[in-house]
Amino acid sequence: MADKVKTAFLLAGGCAGCEMSVVDLSEKLVDALEHLEIVFWAPTVADVKYADLEEMPDKSIDLAFVDGMIRNTENLHTVKVLRQKSKVLVAFGACASLGGIAAMGDLHTKEELFSQAYKTSFSTDNPDGVYPTPEYLLDGKYDLTIPAILDHCSTIDQVVDVEYYVGGCPPHPSFVGKLVGAILAGDLPPVGSWLTSGKAVCDSCTRNPALTGQERLPVGEIKRTIDGRPDPNACLLQQGYMCFGPVTQGDCGGSCLNVNIPCRGCGGPIPGIKDFGARCVSTLASSMASEEVAAQFIEKYNDMAKMFYRYSHTASKLNHRVAEMKETQHAKN
Amino acid sequence: MSFLPNIVGFACQWCTYAGADLAGNLRAKYPPSIKLIKVPCSGRVEPEHVMEAFAKGADGVMIGGCHFGDCHYKTGNYKTANRMKILAKLLEDSGFDARRFRLEWISGAEGYRFAEVVEEFTKELQQLGPNPLKGGE
Repeated sequence: MADKVKTAFLLAGGCAGCEMSVVDLSEKLVDALEHLEIVFWAPTVADVKYADLEEMPDKSIDLAFVDGMIRNTENLHTVKVLRQKSKVLVAFGACASLGGIAAMGDLHTKEELFSQAYKTSFSTDNPDGVYPTPEYLLDGKYDLTIPAILDHCSTIDQVVDVEYYVGGCPPHPSFVGKLVGAILAGDLPPVGSWLTSGKAVCDSCTRNPALTGQERLPVGEIKRTIDGRPDPNACLLQQGYMCFGPVTQGDCGGSCLNVNIPCRGCGGPIPGIKDFGARCVSTLASSMASEEVAAQFIEKYNDMAKMFYRYSHTASKLNHRVAEMKETQHAKN
Repeated sequence: MSFLPNIVGFACQWCTYAGADLAGNLRAKYPPSIKLIKVPCSGRVEPEHVMEAFAKGADGVMIGGCHFGDCHYKTGNYKTANRMKILAKLLEDSGFDARRFRLEWISGAEGYRFAEVVEEFTKELQQLGPNPLKGGE
């Protein structure tokens, strides 16, 4: 293919960390511009507006990346437009593919979220308790609008079709290069796949007991990271610190483990897992020595939903359906 | 007349499934609310299976295994006990009523016990009403 790969980046309901990760490619990104043309990168980098995207012909973008989840009406609209304009759409990073951190907001009602953000938080000065409204008439003549928050979060694939998924918070930028290369070579992976080495974090972790020929033993005592400094050379799970390494994709090279922090699953589930949190329960619980240890775990980690679904709340079918109903239930009570 | 709940039952082939079989032989009466899925061991049941059943609209899920010490594979039911204890807390914290989920140890000799458990669970679910996520996908 002689033409450059037309590439787009869209920031939906994320924090722009995924884009920082791409920008971190620095000179490599400049070199890559030989092969790719950035036609759209909003609202963060390029000076192209949403209206320009709407005017592009359908399927004119070869490769589009979305980072961030669907959180408000703007995200919903722009993602749908981008889908129409793109041949290949990639859910880039934990938010887009799994829901991410913000999706944990689905465990609360909108009223709880607004009250925390605009009323009760320590740094807020809002004596009249004013909430932002999607529409506002200023001075009786200026009709101002902002996007409205949706009742619940969605991953990108819960709203439009998605070709590929990349995990990580943020994801490794090398996946951008790999996809561009694959498009140029006309050798794309099967639709619906995750771009990953397919190996667990444990596989890339230097603490893995298997590396020294040790056997994994049942865990007898549960610890939290605030309980002390873990031994930096021994497996965290073996020491009783709950680590999601066994079920998380290890494209990060175990970077949290390298700084003595247990894995929390931003890389996304290893292949074959439908529900990340539930599989985590299965894996961690089987490593506990007795029911007493399980009870100790429940006592020490007080919110299982936010623990196990830190990055993947919306991707769980059950959670998503519970979240869909929460506003109606709240209205009833 | 209250509704008849739809219970998904995962039964270990060595104990609870045999117990259900015996309940039939004993002509024990229990409501036709439970649909049993035979599994090699209660340890085969992933928490994911339970979540999926609920997400698709099951009113209740029951896992039946062997009593402690009786597991054909020695430790399967101990692992199930740990997993399901944590899963119940996870369901509760996720905003789903964990009373819809039960873990029972029923041996192959306890036919009447199986009937009793199903009857009791059905009654409890009738009081709770249908799964709020009803409707499946």
